[in-house]
Amino acid sequence: MSCGPRRDGGCLAQIKETKGIAHVSNEKTGSITTAEPTIEKETRSEEELDLPWQVVVHNDPVNLMSYVTIVFQRVFGYPRERAERHMLEVHHKGRSILWSGMRERAELYVQQLHGYLLLATLEKAC
Amino acid sequence: MEIRRRKDQIEISELDPFLAELLRQIPASANPEGAPAAEQRLFSLPANRKQTEICAEWKTYVEPELRRLFQTATQTVATDLEQLNGNEKSLANRTLRIPAKHADAWLSALNQARLVIAAKNSFTENELNDHFRSPIGSRRDLSLFQVNFYGFLQEFILRELED
Repeated sequence: MSCGPRRDGGCLAQIKETKGIAHVSNEKTGSITTAEPTIEKETRSEEELDLPWQVVVHNDPVNLMSYVTIVFQRVFGYPRERAERHMLEVHHKGRSILWSGMRERAELYVQQLHGYLLLATLEKAC
Repeated sequence: MEIRRRKDQIEISELDPFLAELLRQIPASANPEGAPAAEQRLFSLPANRKQTEICAEWKTYVEPELRRLFQTATQTVATDLEQLNGNEKSLANRTLRIPAKHADAWLSALNQARLVIAAKNSFTENELNDHFRSPIGSRRDLSLFQVNFYGFLQEFILRELED
């Protein structure tokens, strides 16, 4: 697995090893032998270790509720019910966390939301 | 005034001169120049001010893109509104036809205009929710009417997009 790009051009990876034991049965002899353990290597990029960033939308008395709902559906691909739930959370509580994950994607979402003139910010999760 | 969907167009007919003039004001109303509060609202920060790196990168790379995006939308609307050009008499009972493919541009321009007007007048949430306020007795009342009228158009366009 290739690692994600870093801002300084380098690549920081964390390796996690998982050992598993495979059992092989022989029907003719009825014996069961144990194969050599397999080692799976999982690499995680620095950006993934940097998780999570949150996309937060803030209340705005001007934007229409129906408009905000459609924007959430378009930007995040959420079904109408979920989009409405977030819209109502923004309306009643002043803010709603719409998405959390890698920074680059969160930035892209915030940019799209600003394109629709919503008040959206990128926040690092506590 | 009547508003309806006709094939691939949104048709606003029987426009009286007053509403026609409000429509013609959309592009100018969407311009935040000279009003810092409106400018700040259209180009709000993407993160807490303490996130200086994110905010600086945003100003450099994203904000110009957003300006272009908003300008393109208002230009599209301005072109559609050329149908209403003429003197006051000829504005009576005019019809405006908006191609359905321009719906997103109209939503954006109407939203820009509503946000700019609301920021310039510092409208409160109560004022914005008071849809029965009348009659128009001041410039502020007229601006509030304008925000609500543009909101009504947005609602109609949104409903058409959902269908």
